[in-house]
Amino acid sequence: MKIDDALRDSVLAAVPKLRAFAISLSGNVDRADDLVQETLLRALTHIDSFQPGTNLQAWLFTILRNLFRSEYRKRRREVEDADGHYADSLVTHPEQDSQMEFKELRAALSKLPQDQREALILVGASGFSYEEAAKICECAVGTIKSRVNRARTRLANELSIDGPSDLAPDATVRAVVADKTR
Amino acid sequence: MKSKEGKPGLPMRSEATRSTGGSSGALDKETQTKIGQQLRAMYDDVVRQGVPDRFSDLLKRLERGETAERADEEESKP
Repeated sequence: MKIDDALRDSVLAAVPKLRAFAISLSGNVDRADDLVQETLLRALTHIDSFQPGTNLQAWLFTILRNLFRSEYRKRRREVEDADGHYADSLVTHPEQDSQMEFKELRAALSKLPQDQREALILVGASGFSYEEAAKICECAVGTIKSRVNRARTRLANELSIDGPSDLAPDATVRAVVADKTR
Repeated sequence: MKSKEGKPGLPMRSEATRSTGGSSGALDKETQTKIGQQLRAMYDDVVRQGVPDRFSDLLKRLERGETAERADEEESKP
């Protein structure tokens, strides 16, 4: 398969964000990397369906999201995930210890309904606009907004963040956040 | 959509943020900012890891004309 150089570069450049999205969705690094690989294979073998000039990253995110959802539906039939108990079994790569810092946040994310989780990540972390997120999730912009709001509220409750005097859930996250905003 | 309302054992502070339906139920700016910062910190932590070799290798193999299936199999070899 001949892959256009510019296209290959653009696809590879999207990989770090695709991984971050996939890990946020699945809570599992190995599953996430398999998901990213499957996304790249799908994208490159169906590159004809990509409209040049449109947002390649959004297109890749759409593929990944759809793959995740179809896989999730399959798994759901196998093992019912009772309100975030899956979070207890989250696997982390030994070499990715830094992810442990965000364990509490990931556990809280895993308790969100999937629609809310993906909307929150797309808008709140990936940096997509509400309009782009609505396209990726194939729903109305208003729906994305309300999902993001509900997700934030629920996350605030889970993490017990809700007042000016309140602190981040743990010192590590707080330090990372402080460092990033400096 | 499940709500936290009515669940026993919730801290009182949930009262302040429990309204999730209308626009009036939005969290205050500061809380939104905190959540946004934490989400981005978690997300960027992964982004900073860059592109693992398996993905650049995958694209190279595809270009060499190996099929997706074979690329997949090779990936799973020890």
